[in-house]
Amino acid sequence: MDILSSGLLQRALLEVVVLGATCGALGVWLLHLRHTYAAESLAHAMLPGLVIAALVGAPLLLGAAGGVLAAAALIALAARDTRVGPEIAVGVTVTTAFGLGAMLALTPDVPARLGELLFGDLLGTTTADLVAACGLSAVVGLALWAGHRPLAAAVFDPLAAPSLGVRPGRVELALLALLALAVVAAVQGLGNLLVLALIVAPAAGALRLGRTIGMQIALAAALGALSGLLGLVASAELDLAAGASVALAAIVLWMLAALLGPRPPSPAGGTPRSLAETLSGG
Amino acid sequence: MSAPAASPAAVEVQGLSASYGPAAVALRDVTFSATGGQAVAVLGPNGGGKTTLFRALLGELPTASGSATVHGTIAYVPQTERSRLDFPVSALDVALMGAYARTSWYRRIAARDRSLARVALERVGLAERAGTRFGALSGGQRQRVLIARALVQDAGVLLLDEPFAGVDRTSQEAIMAILDELRAEGRVLLIATHDVEQARGWDRVLCLAGRQIAYGAPAETLTNAVLEGTYGEEIVMLDCGHRAVAIQHHSHSHNH
Repeated sequence: MDILSSGLLQRALLEVVVLGATCGALGVWLLHLRHTYAAESLAHAMLPGLVIAALVGAPLLLGAAGGVLAAAALIALAARDTRVGPEIAVGVTVTTAFGLGAMLALTPDVPARLGELLFGDLLGTTTADLVAACGLSAVVGLALWAGHRPLAAAVFDPLAAPSLGVRPGRVELALLALLALAVVAAVQGLGNLLVLALIVAPAAGALRLGRTIGMQIALAAALGALSGLLGLVASAELDLAAGASVALAAIVLWMLAALLGPRPPSPAGGTPRSLAETLSGG
Repeated sequence: MSAPAASPAAVEVQGLSASYGPAAVALRDVTFSATGGQAVAVLGPNGGGKTTLFRALLGELPTASGSATVHGTIAYVPQTERSRLDFPVSALDVALMGAYARTSWYRRIAARDRSLARVALERVGLAERAGTRFGALSGGQRQRVLIARALVQDAGVLLLDEPFAGVDRTSQEAIMAILDELRAEGRVLLIATHDVEQARGWDRVLCLAGRQIAYGAPAETLTNAVLEGTYGEEIVMLDCGHRAVAIQHHSHSHNH
């Protein structure tokens, strides 16, 4: 394939494969904890942080971290008011943050380009971007490996987890922190909106196909990396937007897994915790 | 697997009040003690404080006043439908969770703990189902796996939340036999239950309805007056044998 001969594409390819694998593995736990909505909310709510970082010329990483923390604090505060409640708190906070971010980004004399923050710029990946993405991915991967047992206990049996030496609330917060890291790693390449496709779709496919949790994580990482590869090749061959192609490839692979995979096991017991409950330590 | 270590297992609760927040006290005035080898039935209506007592004993709730002291490792055996049945773990994986607290994050679970888990599954009669997905087991088998997990924890004190709810007859007898064995080994069992008749079979009965109504041997404790105090309007008197039966309003929502 001659598209691989360009350094631009090589960097983009490496970046998207690494990100796909990381987001896929992370997504398995987010789906098991039923935190898809939280994943989407946190990813969107960090937009003003990203825009402000781009405005003042600070690293996007810093802006994203600030954005996530501010959004988390707002959600936790709003959820404490019983008249508001957790779901509305998340909805209102995220919409407000997203609107604020868009408003800031659309002021005329701003260097930040909203399109890139929302949809990414895979082909613009620099060596520094690649190094940062690989470093953050390594941190997320290592943390998932180290936290495997606490995560399993927190998902499987949150009621008994404390007597097994695991605090489910803290585990969920740590997972959300890893999610923030992964989104930060992916935002340059895939953007604040499209990164969700790589977190949710490969993991959803893997949950249909994998019979053990280890197998699900490996499958999700493989599906995520494959989505990146297929999407990028398709975008180069067909001259389509790179990030969007990757997202669509992930969705197509998920549909194949859902159609061709075995029937899912019996529906789950237990109640999902809302994002607001997790953030407010409820 | 041997009986729990040197110092005998025991639970001592002295004037305990516990709450989920400053606003409402969920349980007050609880005073009882149970020593190794005793099985205590914890009776009471939904919302009567059974779960609150367990969480206070586990150290998950601040005690508003009084004290709760547990000697020995404490394990919680939840109702199985409260765990995630779609999570892809085998019976052996679940039993191994009992070794999590003593396994460093960077190590594999020790070989000794792996064999402990297999022995525990064998004790509850599920050795040949070790590889079966937890969610694919029957309710009674799942309950036995969770008891095996408590054995791997080497718990001296076991808190069992309605271990016979939604369990078929055969499994009920199997679970009963296991609990008798655990009791004989000197462990303390606290068994939350709705079943007054079954409570008569244990060593002690603790009746809770927001506060402690009574504690003692079943024969003296389970009087009609105590049951009325515990269950209030939910009680039905059967005139044969002067025995009272509590009507269960079974709610599957989680009542703290």
